[in-house]
Amino acid sequence: MPATETVVDAPRRLPWRTAEVREVIAETSRVRSLVLDVPGWPGHRAGQHVDVRLTADDGYQAQRSYSIASAPEAAHVMLTVEQIEEGEVSPYLAMDVLPGDKFELRGPIGGYFVWTAKLDGPLFLVAGGSGVVPLMAMLRDRVRAPNPGPALLLYSSRTGDDIIYRDELDRLAARGDGLTVVHTLTRGHPPGWTGGTRRVDREMLAALGFPVAASPRIYICGPTPLVETAAAALHDLGHAADRIKTERFGPTGGPP
Amino acid sequence: MSDPPVSRGFRGRKAPDAPADRVPPGQHLTSDFPVLSAGPTPQVNLANWTFALQNGGNLLRKWSWAEFEALPQTKVTVDIHCVTTWSKLDTQWQGVTLDTLLEAAGLPQAPADFAMIYCDGGYTTNMPVADLISGKAMVATRYGGKPLTPEHGGPARLLVPHLYFWKSAKWARRLRFMEKDEPGFWESLGYHIYGDPWREQRYAGD
Ligand SMILES: Cc1cc2nc3c(=O)[nH]c(=O)nc-3n(C[C@H](O)[C@H](O)[C@H](O)COP(=O)(O)OP(=O)(O)OC[C@H]3O[C@@H](n4cnc5c(N)ncnc54)[C@H](O)[C@@H]3O)c2cc1C
Repeated sequence: MPATETVVDAPRRLPWRTAEVREVIAETSRVRSLVLDVPGWPGHRAGQHVDVRLTADDGYQAQRSYSIASAPEAAHVMLTVEQIEEGEVSPYLAMDVLPGDKFELRGPIGGYFVWTAKLDGPLFLVAGGSGVVPLMAMLRDRVRAPNPGPALLLYSSRTGDDIIYRDELDRLAARGDGLTVVHTLTRGHPPGWTGGTRRVDREMLAALGFPVAASPRIYICGPTPLVETAAAALHDLGHAADRIKTERFGPTGGPP
Repeated sequence: MSDPPVSRGFRGRKAPDAPADRVPPGQHLTSDFPVLSAGPTPQVNLANWTFALQNGGNLLRKWSWAEFEALPQTKVTVDIHCVTTWSKLDTQWQGVTLDTLLEAAGLPQAPADFAMIYCDGGYTTNMPVADLISGKAMVATRYGGKPLTPEHGGPARLLVPHLYFWKSAKWARRLRFMEKDEPGFWESLGYHIYGDPWREQRYAGD
């Protein structure tokens, strides 16, 4: 059976572009943001990601995906990378890279886990660890909406020191434009802590989240166990499956 | 094309255990089994589960879970390659090949050249029938000898190991033969229409 009968317009290839690191921002002891100059960058939507390709001096290459942290209208593309123990690529990006260094990326990739300030209705974001990155792009984009709907970010971190973008999230929540940020910490909390003190669970989602009738757009991103738990609980609480968008960064955390 | 810029100080792992003829370009080996899906994991009740073959709008054959489990089973050990750049070698699956399903449906051959797979949760993916037959693909119900868990696509997922793993659709429920190729879910969102890892066909135009 000849597959050559397929008639599809040949789309243009997403080219590899050279990114130059402009600025490096320490977010936590294990996480850094890289502000990049990417000549020819075509623009993106909040929630999309890029593929990064590193090349060693002997020509060896390694490729991984990273979400875009910056808002579409930002002048520079920002990535935020968490150092994974024993990882091949993340320790380099999260620890070693310096301003002026170059690597390749291509994108933007992904057209499903996306949000734009033009969408109305409540926005419900659930993040675990570095899963906050694409959701941050959404919150940074939301600032530009003339009449933003209510938004809630429920963000799970290990400890208070592991919260990425903490100050900026505080500032965004203080704008009084309908954004609420709720932190929960899974591995101990400082004295006087008023946020959550356990993993994201059904009860937490039911107590904090928007009612089903409000039909929020839901975006969940983080390690697989958090995404599985949150997506299943929200679906079970009555939120429509097509309103629940998920992105998973990490491994299963156990055998399949 | 000019040479890619060297990432100062990057050495990489160059896994000595990675056999070059089994790891496609841009991929790296992983020992665990990452999960990727665009929405919640569907809860499936086996009592209501069916798998159907369809030609255009016509139903060709439908199996209940019990009927499906009674079909001749095939076991394979294959390498799998996810577009997010991980590959996993020697994964063990059991299920029913498309050849067996066609035979059980009384079809001497596939009625059209392309197929779309439909899944619980609304996911779809397309491919040429040539990539599904001749032992190249199965509807898998077991992984490593155990029933496939829901997050990995259980009770039944397509397994087309020679294409990027998004083609191995989780929670598969229906296969529709079609005359012309049409894009499925990710194929409509910028991913490659065919998805051959050895030609690094990740995104449209690759
Ligand atoms: C669409 C998408 C978007 C992503 N966006 C981001 C992002 O914005 N920021 C970010 O930091 N990462 C992000 N990731 C994860 C990233 O692509 C890499 O998987 C991660 O940086 C690890 O790569 P590595 O080379 O350091 O580790 P590898 O060498 O690939 O793996 C080393 C070991 O660590 C394990 N491992 C891999 N990832 C994780 C993890 N997340 N948690 C725990 N263990 C892990 C592996 O299973 C392996 O055992 C994203 C992934 C996807 C698919």
